[in-house]
Amino acid sequence: MAVGGDELKLLGMFSSPFALRVKLALSFKGLSFQYVEEDLRNKSELLVVSNPVHRKVPVLIHNGLPVCESMVIVQYLDEAFPGAGAPFLPSDPYDRAVARFWASYIDEKLFSAWVALFAAKTEEEKAEGTKQTLAAAETLEGALRECSKGNPFFGGDAVGYVDVALGGFAAWVHAFDEVHGLRQFDAARTPLLAAWLARFGELDSAKAVMPDVGRLVERGKMMQAQAAAAASTAATAAAKTS
Amino acid sequence: MAATEEVTLLDLWASPFGQRCRIALAEKKVEYEYIEQNLADKSELLLRSNPVHKKIPVLLHAGRSICESLLIVEYIDETWPSPSPLLPADDPYARARARFWARYVDDKLFDCQTRLWKLKSGEPAHEQAKEDLVQALTTLEAELGDRDYFGGEAFGFVDVALVPFTAWFHTYEKFGGGVAEELCPRLVAWAHRCKERNSVAMAIADPHKLYDFVLYLKQKFGAK
Repeated sequence: MAVGGDELKLLGMFSSPFALRVKLALSFKGLSFQYVEEDLRNKSELLVVSNPVHRKVPVLIHNGLPVCESMVIVQYLDEAFPGAGAPFLPSDPYDRAVARFWASYIDEKLFSAWVALFAAKTEEEKAEGTKQTLAAAETLEGALRECSKGNPFFGGDAVGYVDVALGGFAAWVHAFDEVHGLRQFDAARTPLLAAWLARFGELDSAKAVMPDVGRLVERGKMMQAQAAAAASTAATAAAKTS
Repeated sequence: MAATEEVTLLDLWASPFGQRCRIALAEKKVEYEYIEQNLADKSELLLRSNPVHKKIPVLLHAGRSICESLLIVEYIDETWPSPSPLLPADDPYARARARFWARYVDDKLFDCQTRLWKLKSGEPAHEQAKEDLVQALTTLEAELGDRDYFGGEAFGFVDVALVPFTAWFHTYEKFGGGVAEELCPRLVAWAHRCKERNSVAMAIADPHKLYDFVLYLKQKFGAK
């Protein structure tokens, strides 16, 4: 429930894993908000004014004040709404540093491997992207083992900061696997992550905001087709100039 | 808890990321052992302390390692909240803005400066790097505005995040990135203001020494 007088508005886009992180955080905290779906090819005045530096989603607008960058927003929610359930970040400075480290890793390594795969034009590039993706998954498996200490989540027995960070990608993991014929969080290679993915997806607060995987698959296929078209245009242009 | 236990910093003299940590530790008056790393031949200690990225800086405290400069600075701020709090304790919105701008320095400024020295001069990609750098500096200049520091009246998190990069202004100019005094005069004035603090003066690199180092990096890692 929104605290008396708090107005929360989220500017997002259905397939953005970063916007999904914020939806998840709001959902887990039981905070109500107004959602605005942005058309990123035709950005709204509000988005441009609220995030003039990057013009990207997500943007959380709290009582008229904009907060940008998904994990900055998640920390902000912890700090601005201390009464709304347990904080995502633990209280110990070292544990906080570890949580932030792994959230950062997810963006730097896992997400960038996906970007490389989506942009891959040659078989070689695809193979490299796949290799990076699987390597990142294995490292995260180790992180989950360490952080969870036998509990279901990175945050222990409750969803924490890293769970929200990875949770934003949960629907995309399924979509991605379908589009690229992968098994990223494979039960044999990364059993803890495979279990985490299933468990996270079953949480009511997660189910309430998860996008439809079918729609993501469509989008993923479209992105793949666009990359292929760009590659063949480039190849044709190169052939003409050589 | 462990605030009085031994602190070690694995670092490289020229690293603006390492300098952030040195500034934060000095602001908090924390004594620590500094161990210069040879990145061409990484030490056992570094590899053990940062197995995921194998990079500096790494802070070792009470037998545990903390990696990634901005995370280290937040850790230092949280473990030693005084003196000199770097993030305002009671203002979630100001904290969010500080985190946003610190990330901007990493995502935009550092990225541009790397392309500026790495790429071949004259190529379109290098011209783009120059443009992007000007854009980044102009944006930071606008964000600072008329204030003494990025956080307002007190030296804080964003100042720590950005000030080591001011030693790079000389290098930017040499690589065609423009003259800082013309592009971002407020930032230049702000840099002088920050350097009056001992923590900053002791940490940031000498601009000429840094330029020589960047030339060495270009020769070793730059586009041929």
